[in-house]
Amino acid sequence: MDNRTRVLYVALLVAGLAAPAVVYPIFLMKALCFALFASAFNLLVGFTGLLSFGHAMFLGTAGYICGHAVKVMGFPTEAGILAGVAVSALLGYLVGSLAIRRQGIYFAMITLAFSQMLYFIYLQAPFTGGEDGLQSIPRGKFLGLVNLEDDIAMYYFTFAIVLFGFWTIYRTVHSPFGQVLKAIRENEARALSLGYDVDKYKLLAFVLSAALSGLAGATKALVFKFETLTDVHWHMSGEVVLMTLLGGMGTILGPTVGAFIVVTLQNYLSALEGWVNVITGVIFIICVLAFRRGVVGEIAAFLKKA
Amino acid sequence: MKRKLISAVVAGAFALAPVAMAQQKPAAGKISDGVVKVGVLSDMSGLYSDLGGQGSVVAAQMAVDDFGKTVLGAKIEIVSADHQNNAETGANRVREWFDRQQVDMVTDVLNSAVGIASGKVANEKKKLMMNVGAASTRLTNEDCNPHTIHYAYDTYALANGTGKAIVKTGGDTWFFLTADYAFGHSLESDTANVVRATGGKVVGQVRHPLNAADFSSFLLQAQTSKAKIVGLANAGGDTINSIKAANEFGITKNQSLAGLLVFITDIHSLGLNTAQGMLLTDGFYWDFDDKNREFAKKFFAKMKKMPSMIHAGVYSATMNYLKAIQAAGTDDALAVVAQMKKGNVSDFFLRNGMLREDNRMIHDMYLMQVKKQSESKYPWDYYTLKATIPAAEAFQPLSASRCPLIKK
Repeated sequence: MDNRTRVLYVALLVAGLAAPAVVYPIFLMKALCFALFASAFNLLVGFTGLLSFGHAMFLGTAGYICGHAVKVMGFPTEAGILAGVAVSALLGYLVGSLAIRRQGIYFAMITLAFSQMLYFIYLQAPFTGGEDGLQSIPRGKFLGLVNLEDDIAMYYFTFAIVLFGFWTIYRTVHSPFGQVLKAIRENEARALSLGYDVDKYKLLAFVLSAALSGLAGATKALVFKFETLTDVHWHMSGEVVLMTLLGGMGTILGPTVGAFIVVTLQNYLSALEGWVNVITGVIFIICVLAFRRGVVGEIAAFLKKA
Repeated sequence: MKRKLISAVVAGAFALAPVAMAQQKPAAGKISDGVVKVGVLSDMSGLYSDLGGQGSVVAAQMAVDDFGKTVLGAKIEIVSADHQNNAETGANRVREWFDRQQVDMVTDVLNSAVGIASGKVANEKKKLMMNVGAASTRLTNEDCNPHTIHYAYDTYALANGTGKAIVKTGGDTWFFLTADYAFGHSLESDTANVVRATGGKVVGQVRHPLNAADFSSFLLQAQTSKAKIVGLANAGGDTINSIKAANEFGITKNQSLAGLLVFITDIHSLGLNTAQGMLLTDGFYWDFDDKNREFAKKFFAKMKKMPSMIHAGVYSATMNYLKAIQAAGTDDALAVVAQMKKGNVSDFFLRNGMLREDNRMIHDMYLMQVKKQSESKYPWDYYTLKATIPAAEAFQPLSASRCPLIKK
């Protein structure tokens, strides 16, 4: 990590710590959860080259599991989140084992199919509350001490979780394991010929991405105190693609920037009603046509040239 | 040195956090923040925008104008937002309204997931939600709370009204066409119970997936069942498509359709040729009497369409809210609710209106039949009144309530 990057990360950390004094904390938490979700997705699409079109299933599953565990089964907050992450990881293992046998569009279709199946299961299953949603999930207390019902406390809790998620992703990408993933992305046949068990690496990346998406989903369910079908709908799987592409696929900070842009648009332009979707669509088209590397990717490329 | 600087900045950031918390404390007083703000949260752009949406904002504004723009010397303001049928967007917006924009009451809030989530926020923030648009009975049962009033209708009232009245008028054998998810199931079972209790018979049902593309096989089953009534336990696009398909199959010649959740705006988009003869329960019909027509004409002048039950309900809810503030001398949510429970809430929308212990607003509901094209004399002349369902019978009885607030 060079000096410039280090300063940037510290500046971001400080901004994150100070932000709730200026910006509405619930909005920040939402953006942070989506930032983690998009970053987890990016780990798969940006660094391994696998485009999943069903990532909402991990976000929503963890949300439902965490919500159910905390609300109905009386789990403490941390255990609820862990339960959500564990189930998402398991789901990632099951779906991943099948999906990684195919590439490209077929891979995307398999993940989409699974997420649609899960959507309909959640629509019907009694514990999700169907279209009314799983409501009034208690946030509980962190380690039995800090009351998370307070928005500021919850913000720092969320911030810590998301930081942990980012750290995991950062470490993964910069590890030998991450190098192999990039090799697979660039040339799968060559990675295979070098003796790497490509399928195993892909599956691991898939499970990791699913678990981190689950972490985002479980935290999000606690932030909003409810979980609804929106999180497992295929729209959500599409939205995360949008966030990642907009911010910059295959960059560390790109998905976070993308998530903040999309969430801000949704939040602050909601007065424009239906136009939000049109505006996001236009931005997406401009992004894909004019700056294909995304916001962060373009900036990085510019700095490199300069 | 550099490290020290960083830690100083980080410490500073933490020190700012209590400032953020302090900002959220509301000011005390008779009228909090010196302004009464009503938030209209609705679907402004999606599939429900026709029956709520901008029309609800207009209706709320009409109520404020009619009331006189100030209450107890405080200005009345309206804000609105689109929840995009997303509980997160909706509840987040409501939370921000309460926390940061001095909103005191939210209304409309159609879509049950958004409604329930927003009600929780209102309860947490000690503000009021007067829900007009959402259908789920959960709002006054499992998810009831002191800060949520369910104002206009619910699935029980619709099922009960239509079911009972149809059996009594001879439609004693039923076949259900049900959307295969929680909402459809509860609508079906509520109606089936009413049908059986009134002496009718349920001869069968078929479940169709949400947003079904093709209703032909389901409708053929309905046809072969020979039931006199085909009950449509679905909503929105599914209802419209099943009605259209039923028409194409000629089912409406020998069997009658009973729409269990149909709004006048749905009839408007279907057209009378397609919808004619259908029985349905509604909480408001613009052409019911002079009082309704007076409101409807003013509304029409602004929106170029007749008000739905939700539009009229939003007007009535806003008006009653302001009146209750005036009478109670404060905009404290619980004081306002207590004031409304004292009675005197009836208006053109709430006939024989009463706010019950479980915060269910009850009022007369109406069994309507959709007119034939030949009977319709002027635009929006769509319904014939078949029966008025008295307030006391229209809604789920308190004895059956699952609301934990009710002491039995």
